[in-house]
Amino acid sequence: MTAPTKEQVGGFLARQGIIVAFVLFMIGFSMANARFIDPDNIMGVIRSSAILGVMALGVTFVVISGNLDLSVGSMMSFSTIVVLDLHDKIGPTLAIPAMFALTLGLGAFIGFLVGYLKLNSLIVTLGMLSAIHGLTLTWSGGKNMDIADKEGTWFKVFGQGDALGIPVPILLFVLLAALLGIALAKTPFGRKVYAVGGNATAATFSGIRRARVVFICYLISAFCVATAGLIQASRSLGSQNTVGQGLELEVLAAVILGGASLLGGSGTIFKTVIGVLILGFIQNGLLLVGLQFYVQFVVTWVIIILAVWLDIAAKRGKLWSPIA
Amino acid sequence: MQPGTLSSFLKRGAIWAFIAAELVFFTVAGEFLSVSEKTFMDIDNMLLLFKQSAPIGIIAMGMTIIMVNGNIDLSVGAIYAISAIVLLDSLTWPVFAGLGDGVIPVAWGLALLSGVALGALNGLIVWKTGVDAFIVTLGSMLGYRGLVFMYNGEQPTSHLNWTLVDFAEAQWLGLHTSTWFLLGVTAAIWFLMNRTVHGRNAYAIGNNRSAAVNAGIRVGPHMMINFMIIGFLAALSAVVFYSESGSVNPNDGELYELWVITAVVLGGTKLTGGAGSIVSTFGGVLAIQLLRKGLTHIGADTETVNLVIGLILIAVLFLDRQLNVKGKEELKV
Repeated sequence: MTAPTKEQVGGFLARQGIIVAFVLFMIGFSMANARFIDPDNIMGVIRSSAILGVMALGVTFVVISGNLDLSVGSMMSFSTIVVLDLHDKIGPTLAIPAMFALTLGLGAFIGFLVGYLKLNSLIVTLGMLSAIHGLTLTWSGGKNMDIADKEGTWFKVFGQGDALGIPVPILLFVLLAALLGIALAKTPFGRKVYAVGGNATAATFSGIRRARVVFICYLISAFCVATAGLIQASRSLGSQNTVGQGLELEVLAAVILGGASLLGGSGTIFKTVIGVLILGFIQNGLLLVGLQFYVQFVVTWVIIILAVWLDIAAKRGKLWSPIA
Repeated sequence: MQPGTLSSFLKRGAIWAFIAAELVFFTVAGEFLSVSEKTFMDIDNMLLLFKQSAPIGIIAMGMTIIMVNGNIDLSVGAIYAISAIVLLDSLTWPVFAGLGDGVIPVAWGLALLSGVALGALNGLIVWKTGVDAFIVTLGSMLGYRGLVFMYNGEQPTSHLNWTLVDFAEAQWLGLHTSTWFLLGVTAAIWFLMNRTVHGRNAYAIGNNRSAAVNAGIRVGPHMMINFMIIGFLAALSAVVFYSESGSVNPNDGELYELWVITAVVLGGTKLTGGAGSIVSTFGGVLAIQLLRKGLTHIGADTETVNLVIGLILIAVLFLDRQLNVKGKEELKV
């Protein structure tokens, strides 16, 4: 067996670097604190990452198709508030589909603007971040939303329940990740998403309807947001209007950490899940070694920049950028 | 008529027409709906409008340069908070105790310096690593916010220096101190962008980077200087605002980046770089503040403001594209 060349090592690190970093990181924290690899702790981390994770799955589709979605945080607040409000008015059985329909409607609106009208996704979703926030506040009248009968409702199963010994939020996350992972990697639609994000012109000439693919990506994103809102609402059974504020950027950080390029055309569901877990375990690990929660912000900053930098450095074969 | 004149005229005048429309609408609607006795176009109300525009407006000038250059900066809100904390905290450092009120310029200097340093760090990373500015500043938005919390935990940092408050509340020729800062910054950045080599190069780099490189423009240092300018302006905005208020929460400045970008885009600056005008950004800042004030004036809930601004932003984007398509058709004829 010959020793791997420098290019092979670079290429391997470029493709799998984030997983290598994840493993090293886990080993490091486990040695610092034995409680870190306790199954209960690991389950707890995954459970608390589930909301962020579910949202990141949808945003992965949007990012691969070459667009951005900055509206997911405020959209998640919207679905949480709506489902909590409707829960007491029309009952959970109707409230959940109604909330999904409304959230998907918002997603369809964004998809229409970005897909069919070809407007810049950064500005559209920035505008929608603000607009949906206004919509949420109008809906709730600015007040916190609470379910009247917190003990008696079966609605809490999505956030607090267990099935087969596994918490339901984790089951939903895993189920959605598997479904969307297959849709992205193994179906014609998934290949179209990569094609549109990789080279929109070439995709159009190959007969792919870019507008429709982008539209569906935003629908998928909205569906994931609605699921996240459901978990959030069911876990707390009451909520502020700003529950999802700032999540859009954390979600994006997880997706980028997973190696998806903001230019589109690259990324996978599996790596996004790794990105989500890295963020979750960093937070947990830093808390366990006794640091304040905000130290994770600084660590996340360094990790994001290093991850993206090493990724593009490996692709161009040079560490420093060629910018004069 | 010259080809393209109509659409470029429409685009340049659009933001001012929009402001005029807002003024007329809120004045008329205010007659019927307003809860207060005062008219909307009241002179005091308008002076207050300028003052309230200052924090976002000062940063928006820096964001215009950054966006003309083809980059974006999401970390301005965090830089704003750090500089505010440095300002208020350094006023109380025992080292400077002997200076009396002489501590004020020192504290201002330190706060502005930290803004420049954080901006320079962003610029250096963008330049040397080649990572997209969106990702770099997304990261530093988190990282700098973490530094804010690490500096003083979750406690607010407060210190009132009355000399400073008097200065910040002063009015000269009828305008408040912060209004003068906004006007001064607007004039300075206008000069930089329209009358200096650096400004012209910023347009050139944003318009066509490889052409700029071929023309011998050093892209990296230019980007870094622009990030230092926006860091400086974010700090200046904080310094002006917190000299008066005297208390900063670790969450202050959150979502400022979104307000700033909204103002700049309303003013017609392109995200893709190469196009944008300081005067129009000034219009964009006023338009947003007018909208917030006007909606409150006619008794709309504050929550409506978010909804309206979001939809207007999207409408502007749509109209802008339609006008661009029109412009191209005019060129063909």
